[in-house]
Amino acid sequence: MSGATQAELLPQARMAGPIPWVIAIMVMLMVIAVAGGLALRNVARSAANELSGGITVQLVEARPEVRNAQAKQAAQILSAMPGISHVAAVPQAEVDALVEPWLGGDIDEADVPVPAMVDARLDGKITPDRLTAIRNALRAKIPSARVDAQSSWLAPVFGAIASLQWLALALVLLLGLATASAVLLATRTALGSNRETIEIVHLLGGTDQQIARIFQRSTALAAAEGGVAGLAAAITVVVLIGRRFAGLGSGMAAGGTLGWLDWLIVAAVPLLGIALATATARWTVLRALERML
Amino acid sequence: MNTSGSGEIVQFDNVGLRYGTEREVLSDVSFTLYPGSFYFLTGASGAGKTSLLKLLYLSQRPSRGGIRIFGTDAITMPREKLPALRRRLGVVFQEFRLVSHLSAFDNVALPLRVAGFAESEIAKPVADMLEWVGLADRMAARPATLSGGEQQRVAIARAVIGRPQLLVADEPTGNVDPDMAVKLLRLFEALNRLGTTVVVATHDVHLLKKVPDSLIMRLDKGRLSDPTGALKYPPRRSGAGPAGNPS
Repeated sequence: MSGATQAELLPQARMAGPIPWVIAIMVMLMVIAVAGGLALRNVARSAANELSGGITVQLVEARPEVRNAQAKQAAQILSAMPGISHVAAVPQAEVDALVEPWLGGDIDEADVPVPAMVDARLDGKITPDRLTAIRNALRAKIPSARVDAQSSWLAPVFGAIASLQWLALALVLLLGLATASAVLLATRTALGSNRETIEIVHLLGGTDQQIARIFQRSTALAAAEGGVAGLAAAITVVVLIGRRFAGLGSGMAAGGTLGWLDWLIVAAVPLLGIALATATARWTVLRALERML
Repeated sequence: MNTSGSGEIVQFDNVGLRYGTEREVLSDVSFTLYPGSFYFLTGASGAGKTSLLKLLYLSQRPSRGGIRIFGTDAITMPREKLPALRRRLGVVFQEFRLVSHLSAFDNVALPLRVAGFAESEIAKPVADMLEWVGLADRMAARPATLSGGEQQRVAIARAVIGRPQLLVADEPTGNVDPDMAVKLLRLFEALNRLGTTVVVATHDVHLLKKVPDSLIMRLDKGRLSDPTGALKYPPRRSGAGPAGNPS
C-alpha cells in the first residue's frame, strides 16, 4: 500500500490532538537541556584549559619595599626554572581590584598589607612533584612565599558543573521516557479507535507489519511536526540566554559558547525524538496486534 | 492449489466451540470441503452458522478439535502465516463489515491493496466489479450513504475481487431483492466454475434450489447433519464443472 493509501485506511491512526504539541514541548525541553549540558561542558573545558598549568605565588610581607623585592626575586627564580613558559607579576592595581569588594577602595597599606602576586604558567600539567619542587625552590630564598595551583581553587566549581551536566543528561533521559509514554498512550487510543478496521484488514490478509507501518508513518509525521516546532522554540531560548550570558562579560561564561559540533548535536535531538516516537508506536502496535488472531 | 494429499480444501475434525464458559455453540463438527464444490450451510437462526463460518475464515480458533485449511493445520499454525492463508479466502460478512470512512471503490480495492497490487492494476478490475454488481454510479459513495442491499453488493464485490480459492458468504443475499439475489448467486457460480470452492450460509430454503449442483450442510443446535451426503463422500465431478450432488 502506498503511504497516502495507508493514511486513508486508518485516518484515526493520525496522532491528532495534543500529541504533536506534547512532542514539541518535550523536544524543546530536551534541546534546552542538551544545549545547557554542552555549554556547561564547554565552560568547564575552557576554564580547565585556562587554568591547567597555572600557578600563583603569594608573597605576604607587611613592608611594601621588601614585598616588591620578593616579588621580583620570585619572578626571577621561576623564570630560571625549566618547564615554566611564562612568568608575570600581577600589577598592584589588579590585586587591589581583586580585594576591593572585601576591603574597599582606599586600602591603607599600614593597616592591611595586601600580598604581592606572581602568576606563572607551566608547560604541561601540574603534578604534585612539580609543585613541591617549585615550592622548595622559592622557599629556599623567600620562606614566606605561598604557591597554589590555580586549578585547585576551581575544583569545587568543576565538581558542581559536572553535577549539572549529569542533571542535564538525567533530564534528557526522563523527557525521552515521558515522550515514549505519551506516544504509547496515544497509539493505544488510536488502536482502539481503529479496532474494527484493523480486524477487517487482518481478515483480508493484512499483516501486522502493514498495520504497524501505518501507525509508524503517522507517528513520525506528528513527531516531525512537533520536533521542528520544539527545536525552533528551543533554539530561540538558547540564543537569547546565550546573549544574556555573553553580556555578562565574564571570561568563564564566554567559555560556554556552543561550537558547530555542539549545534549539530542539538539539531540531532529532534531526530532522536522522532526515532524514539516512531519506534515506540511500532512496538506498541505490534504488541497489541499479537493479542489479536 | 495447495491442498493436502487427499485433495480436500478444508477439513474439520471433531470441532467444538464455546465462547467463554457458555455451553458449546458448535459440537463434534466434522466435515471435508473439496476443491471446486458449492456448499450451502443451512440452519435456523442461532444454529451456529456464523460461528462455523468464523472458524472457516480464521477469525476464531476452536475450543477443541482440529481444522486444516489448504492442507495447513490452522490450530498450530504460527500467527505470521495467517495473512497468506487469509488472502486465499474471500469473505462476505453477515454485517458486511465495510470500512466506514472508505468509498465503495476503496472498500472493494482493499484486498488488492493489502495484497500489494499497484494502483494501476487495481482501478480497472475494481471498476468492472462494481459495475457488475450494479454500483458503477456509486463508486465514490461511503457505506453510510448506501442502502443495505448496496452495502451487501459492495461486501460481495470485495470478497470476490481477489479471485479467492475459498469463498465464504454469510447470508449474502439477505438484503437484496430476488433478482439481485439470483444475479449474485450466478456470480458465485461463475467463480465456482473457475475453481473457487463456495460456502454460502443461508436460512433461505428457496435459494438452495437456485444452484442445482450444490451440496447442503445443515446445522441444528451446533451439530452438523448431512442431508445430501456432502460430508461423507467427495463430490462427483463432471469435467471441469462444479461438483455433482451424490444424493
